[in-house]
Amino acid sequence: MSGLEIVGLHVSIGDRDVVRAVDLHVKPGTCVGLVGASGSGKSLTALASLGLLPRAARVTAGRILLGGDETVTPGRDRSAEVRGSGIAMIFQSPRAALNPVLRAGHQVERVLRRNGQRDDLTRRCVELLGATGLPEPDKIARLYPHELSGGMCQRVMIAMGIASEPEVLIADEPTTALDVTVQAEILDLLDDLRSRTGMGMLLISHDMSIVAERCESISVMRQGEIVESGTSWAVLNSPRHPFTTELVRDVTYRPGIESSPAPSSSAGPADGPARKDGR
Amino acid sequence: MSRTGAGFSAGRPDDTVPAGGPGRSARLRGELRRHPSLLVGGVLAAAMVIAAIAGHVAPPDNPLAINPGHALAPPGPGHWFGTDQFGRDVFSRVLYGLGMDVVIGLIVAALAFAVGAMAGIISGYLGGWIDDIVMRVIDIVMSLPPFLLALSIAVVLGNTVRNVVIAITIAYVPYLLRLTRSGVLTMRGADYVLGARAVGASRSRVMALHVLPNAVGPSMVQAALMVGWAILDVSGLSFLGVGIQPPSPELGVQIAQGASYITSGQWWISVFPGVAIILTVLAYNFLGDYADDKLRGQGS
Amino acid sequence: MRRYIIRRLGLAVLTLAGVVVLVFMLTHILPGNPALVQAGGRANAHTLQEIERQMGLNRSLAAQFGSYLGNIANGSLGTSYTTGNTAAHDLLTRLPATAELAVASTILATIIGVPLGVAVGLREGSVTDWAGRVGAIIGTSIPLYWLGLVLIVVFYADLHIAPAPIGEVNAFAAMPPSYTHSLVLDSLLSGNWATLSDALRHLALPAVTLGIVETAPIFKITRSATLEVAGSDYMRTARAYGLSRWEVLKNDILRNAATRVLTALGIVFGFLLGGSILVERIYDWPGIGLYAWNAVTTTDYNAIQGYILLIGVLYVLLNLAVDLLYAAADPRIRFGSAGDRPRRRPRPAWQGRRVISPPSVERH
Repeated sequence: MSGLEIVGLHVSIGDRDVVRAVDLHVKPGTCVGLVGASGSGKSLTALASLGLLPRAARVTAGRILLGGDETVTPGRDRSAEVRGSGIAMIFQSPRAALNPVLRAGHQVERVLRRNGQRDDLTRRCVELLGATGLPEPDKIARLYPHELSGGMCQRVMIAMGIASEPEVLIADEPTTALDVTVQAEILDLLDDLRSRTGMGMLLISHDMSIVAERCESISVMRQGEIVESGTSWAVLNSPRHPFTTELVRDVTYRPGIESSPAPSSSAGPADGPARKDGR
Repeated sequence: MSRTGAGFSAGRPDDTVPAGGPGRSARLRGELRRHPSLLVGGVLAAAMVIAAIAGHVAPPDNPLAINPGHALAPPGPGHWFGTDQFGRDVFSRVLYGLGMDVVIGLIVAALAFAVGAMAGIISGYLGGWIDDIVMRVIDIVMSLPPFLLALSIAVVLGNTVRNVVIAITIAYVPYLLRLTRSGVLTMRGADYVLGARAVGASRSRVMALHVLPNAVGPSMVQAALMVGWAILDVSGLSFLGVGIQPPSPELGVQIAQGASYITSGQWWISVFPGVAIILTVLAYNFLGDYADDKLRGQGS
Repeated sequence: MRRYIIRRLGLAVLTLAGVVVLVFMLTHILPGNPALVQAGGRANAHTLQEIERQMGLNRSLAAQFGSYLGNIANGSLGTSYTTGNTAAHDLLTRLPATAELAVASTILATIIGVPLGVAVGLREGSVTDWAGRVGAIIGTSIPLYWLGLVLIVVFYADLHIAPAPIGEVNAFAAMPPSYTHSLVLDSLLSGNWATLSDALRHLALPAVTLGIVETAPIFKITRSATLEVAGSDYMRTARAYGLSRWEVLKNDILRNAATRVLTALGIVFGFLLGGSILVERIYDWPGIGLYAWNAVTTTDYNAIQGYILLIGVLYVLLNLAVDLLYAAADPRIRFGSAGDRPRRRPRPAWQGRRVISPPSVERH
């Protein structure tokens, strides 16, 4: 079990290289953060791992492996076999990412069915919805996406993700479109699921503070290239690339962020007013 | 998305580019390449216009002259489209009738646009109960298919060209009214309009400079498409014997006159006028398609 | 949902009332003397007066409106002076024949138009896409009546495949009893297979004529709906989870495109109502369209009026039905409220001809 390996990935749109020589390795059980501004190529990298690049884009070099097997290389794309079964992705605007005319439960059941489950679909589906912290999951399963809040929709998506029994879950800006109060809950949920199922997670965000808090290692992407990568502690405390320094600078001004590698540490200064910038 | 761009980018060396940059014909060529609808529509429309003018100015044969000796001749060297039951040359008649239909189509579209757009702007701008009533009325009028609405109006008014034009125009006005009104309502809330008002521009100035051009755009495109619709409708009405009557060489009349000869094998009397209609309506449909693409800012 | 239904019903009733008034206005208020038209210009003043009296034109407008409403209320719609029956009787006995055409042609157009639209919508930018769009543009440029004549030339006169365009059935066919006044249904119900087969053979060409022209708007709307779905976030999700093509087609594409396709059906009905008069004239098909044409040529005012009224009512009812189906297909309407976007079925444009909308038009 080696999780998701992206080796030397190059993606081009037309004759423009939009992703250059990207290396990422998401081991099972770990969380890798991918940070960068919009347009830096982080989403394209993720989409490439699922073979979901937009029509105009192409993988021109490199390989992507899942669990040791090659899934994507230039000219050969076997990702269809692992999509939704071994690797799963959750997206930024959860309500838009759900089919508006299907009930929530049905959408989870579809993924279960894709993974070979034939009997007991409803029960298993309700189980999964419950595992994502939804209250009364049997009732939620019968609702349509437009009847659910953003946070609930994201939990439904996460249930779909878990239903794929993934080695690695890719979370592309999972909390960006959500209420600030809900953001932490969702991230906590993802952490919890990670430790329970042993899956790896690739957490993509433009927000360094989220990634800093949740990930063991961080890669910083800028204009299609990874400009810095390493353990969170190393990246946050001794950033080498000037861009990283800028990103990190914003983070260290927010108290409450751990800046030491020890898992248990004292809380930062001032629990009071500084906290109100949204945690 | 470049408004003026052709296939040229500013920096590309090209020895056909005149010193000042890409010329108008180069821009046109690029536009044609990216929007085949424009090319096809333009060529067809031009061809039809030329044919129509030729039909009036210099027809091969007198389109109205009866010549019983040569009746029902199939297409051949003397008569490219054959002759009808009165010995008239179908080719000349088609060209001649084409002119009639195109002119009628243009008039209907222009009138419907003028009335519909104006009414739509007024209704949208005034809002309130006036607007509500107008919309109710429009909804009711649109409960009848436009062809049938035009049919009933034309029947009641009487069978003349003028009445048929009025009838079809009335049937089309609701669309243009709604379209323009939608545009006005959308524009009224648009940020830049609010911005203009905020810096103190007067209501009418805002209307004229900002709201009007953008509201009216889609309905102009629609009016272009309506030229084609009008030709289909007017010829359909004449085919049924409503509106324009024989011996007028209007294309629908021609098709009707040839209809009874279809089953006995003399197909050319009805078929050729129809082809002329198709080509003309096709031209306006393509032009409308191009205009629509431009409006939405895409290539076709 | 109940609010939606009630609103739609209420709107339909209002519109029906409006149609009733509109039809009266069309025939009574427009300039032009119906008596003169009916008399045919040969009449002298005396005959004209007599006709006017017969038609009730010498009474006040209010009185005329009153008797018009009375005719509607008693279900007669006035008497047709050509057939001697009430217009209502004439129309209702001929409606099933038109319905046969409508149903047959719509089935044809849907079978061709929807799969083609989906297939092309999924291949945006390809040659197939371009060919489909061009085909649709050509399809909306063809005069319906001309197409009918051409099909007769090719399939009857030249190839002798189709029967003569002389109506529903051969002159010598054994007619079944008139349960429904639909020849197809009646012969089916009475087990008259020979007549049924003859009826179907005669139905073929007119249905194809209407069907060909109907295919274009159905295709265009299905294509456009498919494009919208294909570019959506939830489509990306479906692909991301490796769902099978069949599953995606059924539950993502078709179920989401369904609402737009239903709107297309509303458009198509409008087209059918208008086009039936042309097709029935050409094929001598004894439906309400042919009746209307006869009424027009003989200036049978009650018949014309009854026909227009019927069309208006049919259209309002058909759109109501489509509205209700729309609600059934879209859970956002069935279960509540604002949600993300205000959901209101867009008003249908007539005859599938494209009506351009300004960007971001929601409900106005």
